[in-house]
Amino acid sequence: MRHGKYGFIVGFLALPLAIYAVFVISPFVQAIYYSFTNWSGLSSDLQMVGFDNYRKLLDDDVFWHALRNNLVLLLVLPLVTLGMGLFFAFMLNVGGRRKGAVVSGVRGSSLYKVVYFFPQVLSIAIVALIFQFAYNPNSGALNSFLSGIGLDSVQPNWLGDPSLALWCVMAVMVWSNVGFYVVLFSAAMSTIPRDFYEAALLDGANRFTTFFRITLPLLWDTVQTGWVYMGILALDAFAVVQIMTVGPGGPDYSTEVLTWFVYTKGIRDGQAGYATALGVALLIVTMIFAAIVMRLGRRERLEF
Amino acid sequence: MDPSGTWRESLSPDRVAATPPDEGERVSMTTIDVGRRSLIKRATATGLLTVPALAALSACATGGGGGTQQVAEGKKSARNPLAVNESAGLDVVIFDGGFGEEYAKAAQAEYVRAYPKTDGKIKHSATQKIQAKLAPRFNGGTPPDLIDNSGAEQMDFGTLVSKDQLTDLRELLDAPSLDDPNKKVRDTLRPGVLEMGQFEGDEVWVLYYAYTIYGVWYSKSLLAKHGWEYPQTWDEMLALCKEAKKQGIAGWTYPGKYPYYLPFSLYPFIAKIGGRETLDAIDNLEPNAWKHDAVKAAFEAYHELQAKGYVLKGTPGLDHIQSQVAWNEGKALFIPNGSWVENETKKTTPKNFDMGVGAPSSLDAGDKLPYGTIWASGGEPFIVPKNAKNPRGGMELLRIMLGTKSTQNFIQQVSSLSSLNGGTEGLRLPPGLASAQELWKKAGDNVVNPRLQDWYVTLQKEKIGVAALGEMMAGRMSPKECMAKCQKFADETAKDSAVKKYRHK
Repeated sequence: MRHGKYGFIVGFLALPLAIYAVFVISPFVQAIYYSFTNWSGLSSDLQMVGFDNYRKLLDDDVFWHALRNNLVLLLVLPLVTLGMGLFFAFMLNVGGRRKGAVVSGVRGSSLYKVVYFFPQVLSIAIVALIFQFAYNPNSGALNSFLSGIGLDSVQPNWLGDPSLALWCVMAVMVWSNVGFYVVLFSAAMSTIPRDFYEAALLDGANRFTTFFRITLPLLWDTVQTGWVYMGILALDAFAVVQIMTVGPGGPDYSTEVLTWFVYTKGIRDGQAGYATALGVALLIVTMIFAAIVMRLGRRERLEF
Repeated sequence: MDPSGTWRESLSPDRVAATPPDEGERVSMTTIDVGRRSLIKRATATGLLTVPALAALSACATGGGGGTQQVAEGKKSARNPLAVNESAGLDVVIFDGGFGEEYAKAAQAEYVRAYPKTDGKIKHSATQKIQAKLAPRFNGGTPPDLIDNSGAEQMDFGTLVSKDQLTDLRELLDAPSLDDPNKKVRDTLRPGVLEMGQFEGDEVWVLYYAYTIYGVWYSKSLLAKHGWEYPQTWDEMLALCKEAKKQGIAGWTYPGKYPYYLPFSLYPFIAKIGGRETLDAIDNLEPNAWKHDAVKAAFEAYHELQAKGYVLKGTPGLDHIQSQVAWNEGKALFIPNGSWVENETKKTTPKNFDMGVGAPSSLDAGDKLPYGTIWASGGEPFIVPKNAKNPRGGMELLRIMLGTKSTQNFIQQVSSLSSLNGGTEGLRLPPGLASAQELWKKAGDNVVNPRLQDWYVTLQKEKIGVAALGEMMAGRMSPKECMAKCQKFADETAKDSAVKKYRHK
């Protein structure tokens, strides 16, 4: 039987592993190979150039701009998005103080859930276009609102201002993603036994304490997953940058990100070899990020 | 379209209507990567940290490179000077931007009329994603027969030429033209068009089909209403802007998100002040080209518009469409643009707008070139790949497109001139195009054609355009800093061995 068992397992795994090898592993290996060539992407004529692409990358100001912006996104985006997601989910599920029900959400929470999730239904391209109109300094919703409330002197250029542009991009990404985490965390919260909350209430815990002492520790696994997930989104940011920003990638490289830089070098400039080297750099950043998250997130699992 | 488009951008999407450059950009904005997010989600779901760009790039790894079998030559005759195979199919890819694709379809119908056996064998496709669709075909050695390589995502000409991927079009240029067998095709083109298709040697790799006239665009009726005239000198320009400001109208606006529109009037202004050599030196990436006094004077003049508050508020955050709409609405008098703007703003231009275009105003009496000097150049670059199955068919279609019938059809459909010198006789041109044509005629020999935007797209658009000129015109950089930055960018490009270099002859 032993022999038969392995045959059985191999039979099941062969196809998925083959597909995985062809579509996932081999592109990675090829990309690393191409990063050592001067491949243009337009013809199959290429030479090995050793570490030239990597040397060039270290000297490239735009690369450092892109990396810095990606790191800012990586720090701020998950923090804000997950923070807001947790807060909203908490308020929707256990934050209410209604008479009768001991543990419940704030008034109208079922409506809010739908409203929060709504942006998630829209394609990111549409979201970015809508915000592009909102950010129009001349007739956009934001500046019209500002002048509507009498702030005629405060009319920022939004995407046209290097000190604001990246924040504008982040705001769009937070807006379009927070709803997903509200739903995700809501689902996770519903698995927390109500007795815990009731006990906490009996002990006189306020909402703040309840959240930090009960909800957050019990949600830790979900938060960690969300963190990885949001981090990957932060390392991407391609669509929003490409559709919305000045240049795109500007003004003055203030919204340049690695994925966009890879795209411009590989597709626009016909420097696919250099672009794959950038891709490898992005891979390394992603790996470091994943390792850090895994390490920081390691905690004893709570059984309940 | 070329002008801006070529390079295009990356930079972005600008134009709906006419010029490829921008159009491409616009396009890509709306269509890009919608599926990307879901892709990433799936990847994450499996617990794998995928780097999508990496995977996407390597997916199109180098192909076999084997060439396709070319179709046999046809019989050369007076009617068929390029010896086209009269029954072979044709594969045409058109950039679907501001000019659309109808003009190309009409020309293909003419082709079928000339060679009836090709009926049903012409494969036409139109796309905005030229690179994504065609790079793999070049890579695999099976490119189409004729390509309109335009838009934000056009393929890099330098790479195509240096990798020997294109057909030399001199055979076409030396063939008799469609309308007059005694005249060669090359003699029917507008001046400067043919040279734009040359890179290093005498070979002509690219044929520009459209012809774009750049300048400072305005509403004649708006100026007339206030009793103003188009300013021929910079002092008049400043005086007019001051006057307009009192009426609550801004002097200038421009696509702040794509500030590489500014050169459409700024570069000819530089040439006017310092002479053609100034621009040639810039194109040649010569050391200190950007430190020339003419550059300084021109930058200071434009910066003054900003410093005195003559630029429409919020302009640095506007894209090409938004700035053109503001201009259509009369919020600003002037906008630097190309002749595609009329077609592009068709829907937002008021009836009595009476669009016109002016040459850059003179700085002072010391200008090297007279008032009326403008930038005009070919647009919509067509190429015939070397490994095409039917390259002669591709060239023949171009010859048909350069005939009077197809040209007139083009002019009427997209309100742009073509590179055929003429074709407007008997046509009623819309006001903007009529004004542009008049401007071009008056300019005579004083037409400049800066090549930075088709030779070094990234440098022109992303670096000099967005990161230098854009910053200066937003008031965040002084003209002096801007000059230094332009020079730094140019020096970096000159040193970059991955970028193919060109020089004016």
